[in-house]
Amino acid sequence: MLSRTRVLTCALLFLVGLPAGRSAVRTGDLFPSLSDAGLTGGALPDITGKVVLVDFWASWCAPCKASFPALARLQQDYSSKGLVIVAVSVDEKPAAYAGFVKRFGPPFVTLLDQKHELVTAVDVPAMPTSFVIDRHGRVRFLHAGFRGQDTESELRRQIEMLLTEKG
Amino acid sequence: MKTTVLRSGPFLLLVLLLAATLAGCSTVQVKPWERAALADYTMRPDRDPLATTLAEHVYFSRETASGGRGVGGSGCGCN
Repeated sequence: MLSRTRVLTCALLFLVGLPAGRSAVRTGDLFPSLSDAGLTGGALPDITGKVVLVDFWASWCAPCKASFPALARLQQDYSSKGLVIVAVSVDEKPAAYAGFVKRFGPPFVTLLDQKHELVTAVDVPAMPTSFVIDRHGRVRFLHAGFRGQDTESELRRQIEMLLTEKG
Repeated sequence: MKTTVLRSGPFLLLVLLLAATLAGCSTVQVKPWERAALADYTMRPDRDPLATTLAEHVYFSRETASGGRGVGGSGCGCN
């Protein structure tokens, strides 16, 4: 009887100790396919063989708002060299997403993950979070949060490094 | 008699199930992308300056102390 109880105890402790079942995408992992993520709100650009910066943001997130001018500068400086910026909003209300995009008019691609399929699969650690992805679709750098000039400088250095790598 | 009850299978099973149920609540977290409601302006404790001043006055009158109302921000957990 006691041994049965012990087995039961171990089984329950194992179940309780299990994580929530999400497999977060982190540095070194392949980034999930954007085309299969059910994104709306715009057309997905061709990212084949490109260096991609995927940024998760929301209209209610103040640091995300602060990061948009920096992303616009990156787009301006590196888009002709092979960088594609895809800013994925996690807004639940399409009107909030559309209003934000209309107000700020970002020069890079913005899409909406209204059902949180992609962001749940990726399991971002903070808002905003940027993934710098190499030409092979592998996450090389991850930025949780936005810390002004420091983050922008790091992004520049990392993007320049990936752009010099051959596909 | 008492020891027998405590070591009985159903009792232990009940305790374990209760522990598992309570521990299950500890894994429920609000994810960073689910904090839109927390980031709303109405969630700010200092959104009404007059109400804040009145509350501070009452607090000072009762406790002979003021301040210590916590940090600013809405609690969206951004960054």
